[in-house]
Order: sequence, then C-alpha cells, then structure tokens
Amino acid sequence: MTIQGVNSFRAGPDERGHFGQFGGRFVAETLMPLVLDLEAAYLAAKADPAFKAELKHLETHYTGRPSPLYFAERLTERLGGAKIYFKRDELNHTGSHKINNCLGQILLARRMGKTRIIAETGAGQHGVAVATVCARFGLPCVVYMGATDVERQKPNVFRMKLLGAEVIPVTSGNGTLKDAMNEALRDWVTNVSDTYYIIGTAAGPHPYPMLVRDFQSVIGHETKEQMLAAEGRLPDALVACIGGGSNSIGLFHPFLDDRDVKIYGVEAGGHGLDVPDGHCASLSGGKPGVLHGNRTYLLQDEDGQILEGHSISAGLDYPGIGPEHAWLKESGRVDYVAITDAEALEGFKLLTSTEGIIPALEPAHAVAFVTKLAPKMRADELLVMNLCGRGDKDVFTVAARLGVSM
Amino acid sequence: MTLARIEARFAACAAENRAALVTFITAGDPDLATSEMILAGLPAAGADVIELGMPFSDPMAEGVPIQRASERALKAGMTLKKTLAMVERFRRVDSTTPIILMGYYNPIFAMGVDRFLEAALIAGVDGLIVVDVPPEADDELCLPAMKAGIAFVRLATPTTDAKRLPSVLKNASGFVYYVSITGVTGAATPDFDAVGAAVQRIKGSTRLPIAVGFGVKTAEHARAVARAADGVVVGSVLVEIVRASLVDGKATEKTAQLVHDQVRELASGVHSARTIAAE
Repeated sequence: MTIQGVNSFRAGPDERGHFGQFGGRFVAETLMPLVLDLEAAYLAAKADPAFKAELKHLETHYTGRPSPLYFAERLTERLGGAKIYFKRDELNHTGSHKINNCLGQILLARRMGKTRIIAETGAGQHGVAVATVCARFGLPCVVYMGATDVERQKPNVFRMKLLGAEVIPVTSGNGTLKDAMNEALRDWVTNVSDTYYIIGTAAGPHPYPMLVRDFQSVIGHETKEQMLAAEGRLPDALVACIGGGSNSIGLFHPFLDDRDVKIYGVEAGGHGLDVPDGHCASLSGGKPGVLHGNRTYLLQDEDGQILEGHSISAGLDYPGIGPEHAWLKESGRVDYVAITDAEALEGFKLLTSTEGIIPALEPAHAVAFVTKLAPKMRADELLVMNLCGRGDKDVFTVAARLGVSM
Repeated sequence: MTLARIEARFAACAAENRAALVTFITAGDPDLATSEMILAGLPAAGADVIELGMPFSDPMAEGVPIQRASERALKAGMTLKKTLAMVERFRRVDSTTPIILMGYYNPIFAMGVDRFLEAALIAGVDGLIVVDVPPEADDELCLPAMKAGIAFVRLATPTTDAKRLPSVLKNASGFVYYVSITGVTGAATPDFDAVGAAVQRIKGSTRLPIAVGFGVKTAEHARAVARAADGVVVGSVLVEIVRASLVDGKATEKTAQLVHDQVRELASGVHSARTIAAE
C-alpha cells in the first residue's frame, strides 16, 4: 500500500470541505448560504450532548441498534479461508443502513426549525427511510425518484406513499438517481426558507459528505467493539459495496488509522468495465470532475457530460461517488474493485442458500467479492462484510434475471 | 477586448438612458447550423449582450425549458469545443457584441481550465457565468479567468444577504447578474418592486452594472425590470420558441426568425421602459 506522508486518514475534511483535491462546495449562489447554515448547525449539534443522546435513544429503540455482528459459519466453511463475519445492518428498521443517516439528519432539520423535508432516491431504500422518519416526526415529505426507477421499484414507491410521502417521478435525463438528485436540488433552490434536503449518501456539497459519514460511522464503531468482544482483536479485512458510498464509509472510517486492517470497496461493474457506459464503477472506470456540489470521480465522456452508467442494482446506479472515497483511492488506503451484475447475482444466490439471508443486490456485490477474497486469506484471519440491506425489494429483479415469472 | 467589450456596451446603453437587453440561447440548440443562424441575427434584432449556454447533461439550476434545450443540443452532438468554434465564427462578423458563456463547471474542468481560457480568449469570449462555482472557490476558475482578461460574472440572489454580498462582489467583473427569484430559470415571475429594491441595495456596494434575470417572460416584464436595472436577461422564453418551432424534432426555416421576432418585441419593451416611466 502506498501510504506515505499521511498522519491520519480520519482528519478530513478541511474547513472548506476538501478531502485532498476532492469534495468542496460547488453549488449555485442561492444554495450557498444554506449549506453554510447547515454546516454551522451540524457542528453545534455535534458538540451538544443532548443531540447525541436523542440520536442514541432512537438508534436503540427505533432502529434496533446495535445491529449484530454475525459469524457466517457455513459460508466460511464453503469458501475455505478467512473467518467471515457480517455486520447485519439489513436487520435495521426499514431494512437497510439508510435509517442511520436519516435519523441524524431529521433531528438536525428539527433543530434548524425546518418544516418540510425533501430527498432523492434511486432504489427507494433511502426514500423509504426518509419517509419513515418524516412519519415518525410528523413532517411533510417529498421524494424525487427517476421515472425509470419508479417503474422498476414499485414496492418501495408504494411503501413511501403509505408512509405519507409524495413521490415525484423525474423524467429529465434518463430518469434515474442523478436526475432525481438534480430535481431535489431544484426544489431546494426554490424553497429555501422552510425546506431541509436529506441527501442519502456521503456525497454532495460540504458538509453532507462529512455529516452522512459521521451518522453512518455507528456501523464501524459497533463493529470494532463487537469484533474485540468476539475475537479479542481487530479484523484483517473489511468489505463493503459502494454506490455513493455511505454504508462503506460508515464501516471503514473508524478503521482508517488501523493500518493493518485491509479495506476493500466494491463498485458495480455492471456488464463489465470494458463495456462503454455499461457499469457504475466511478473509481475504477471514471475520472475526476464536478457534479452535485462536489469534486469526485465521475463517469463522464470526453466533453465532461455525465454518463448514466448501468447496474443490476438501482442503489448503485449513480455516476459519482462520495469525495472521501475518491481521496481514499488516491491516497491508496482503500482498494476499490468492481463486481459484475452476473457475479453479484451468484453472490445473492450463494448467501441465500448457505446462510438463509436474502441480501439486497447492493451487498450481493460485496458477497461476490468476499467469495474471491476469503479463499486467499488464512483460516486464522478475520473478514467483516457490511450486509447493508435486505433483499425483499429485489426479488422481482432477480426473478426476471433468472427467467422466473411471478 | 473581452472585459472592455462588456463595459463599452453597458456604457453605450447607459448613454442612451436605457437598459441593455441580454439574450440567452443554448449553443447548438436545436442543431448547430440553426443555432448559428439564431446567434448571428440576435444583435440586429436588438440583443445588446449575448449569453450563450454551454450545454450540460445535468443543468441543476435550470427549469424545464433550458433543460430541454441542453438535451436537444447534446443529442445533436454539441460539445464545448464546438461552442467555442461557434463564438469564433460569430466574432468574424461582429466585433462589438459581448458574448458571455454560461453553464456548469464540469465540461470546463474536463477540458482543463487553462486550455479552456486560452481557447475562449482566442474565440472572442468576453465573460463567463459558471453557476456551480461560488466565491468560496474563486481560485478554481474566477481568478484564472480574470488573469486571462475574461470577465467572471457573479450571480447575486435573494438569499445573498448583506453579510454575504461583499464576498460575492469581491472578484466580480463585467456585470452582476441578479437572480430575481429563489428558484430555477424560467419558473416563477418575480415581484418587480422587490427586484427594484434589491437592485438598489446591490448598487450601493458596487459600480458594476446590474442585470436581472430568471422569470422575465414578456415585453411587459422586460419593461418593468428595465426601469430599475442596467440589464434585462431573457432566456427560457427564447428556447421555448425554438422548441415550439420544431417539426418532428427538427428546426424549420422559421425557427431563427421566430426567435428574432421575439427578441425585437422584448427590445421594444426594454427601450420604452424609461420613456414611459418618465411620462
């Protein structure tokens, strides 16, 4: 690993929101005072024990934290290598890690006196989590979702509506996650005084990448404690899937300065990295650019136009990535790899049949990488994978891919 | 020229006791040839300053009309390089009308800031409006542009309060673009009295001309804005005329002419604003 001249990997971002050359606040002037207000409000909340206590209470009694750290005995036997543990964030209320961030942000919105919540969603997991916390706190909620995603994620659309959210299909562009994010930004720029924008991933203008990471870091902190309790030492390897990168940064961040822990981020390789516009691996197949408020790795053409990309998993279907990941890639601290649709599907089937856990297609990418990594590790080595979402929402997609009509 | 061309044009309009009409079109919309015809005829139709939109796949501050214009241009194969070439051809026949390129940072970043500024200077670009590069990131593009002699036009908005205004104006040049509403282009119609008050407030802090845009749709709107501001920016209405003129998605013989007719009408509104107000 080429880690030189860095005292700590956990020091970022700087006061302007930069992780090395990445991050920043590339937003229109209308939004600039809002993101500055948000930063001040977040720093005040972070220093307030009452805020921490309220969040902790909700995590325990509403989300069901801590999520278990589970030793996957049968999968370990099957793969014949490292001891495999899963951090079971799919057992959270609403079925994914997304709730961790949404609870933190809605408490922040309330502190700021905001009375209306907006959000973007791709697969609908973040949208469901936002709609859930809005129902819990009695705030009106508008979720922007690409029209294509509305069509392919119907169960989540219905859930959001049941929870009282207004789901607005976005038809611009290709009607996927990035278009939904554009539309949410357009709403925010229009409704500046009363509206709080709950971004779902560790991306966007500063302070979002920082605050989403902080709210998701509960995953890594718990993992550390649980692993010390179970094995008396830290794990040798961490694995998590990456779309925008919120579950992964949440697992990774508390371990970044434990340099003996190898860390792997798994991107969506779609049809393969060699297929033009056929994947969503921003780090492995993109280059640095500026979109949605931050500089980061983006899938783009020569002219700087953003590409749509492709993944079997709607939650990884985003042409960018959180800026801290971009920096962790360049600094060499984290290894980023890609897993194809076909490999992810195999991972999905394997975990279901060996452990009785149906994973979401997003962590199924991580499972597929574990099947490659674990056999290369020794039996006395420890591997933790973040199982960040459950797969109920994906059974239709998987059935279609397997040629089963339901 | 560059910055000087912008200053000269606003000064000339001020000498005639009128506001400047600033017209926005998207480069390459609906296709390069038609777009060049539209651009070429704008000055004669009454445009004093031209904003030329650099198409981008994710125009976050735009309402539907300009989003669609960007999509049409990209679909027809427009690129930043072709936009610069378009300006260069325009400059061969018009050496006095300022051209401001307006858009988003990523295409410029992809080309490379230095390479872009060099090419823009050669092409005859006078100024830039880059929506997603705020004053906090002045070292990215604003300062290099100033150094190259290209104006960096700042946006001030209803959320730019007294505390923030100095940082917005600090490195502003050419003119200040006051965004009349909180919202996207071509959406709500502004409260013209509030706009007048905001223009006066900004004028207290800068000697730069103030142009007002977002939500100016008719000659009547243009007239109302032109009473208080040094410039009136109109965009969404013009790209909507492009859209409405298309047959099966293609430009017709009338496309350019229809845009020019609308510009003439807007110009009459701008030109009559202060004479009517004085009556």
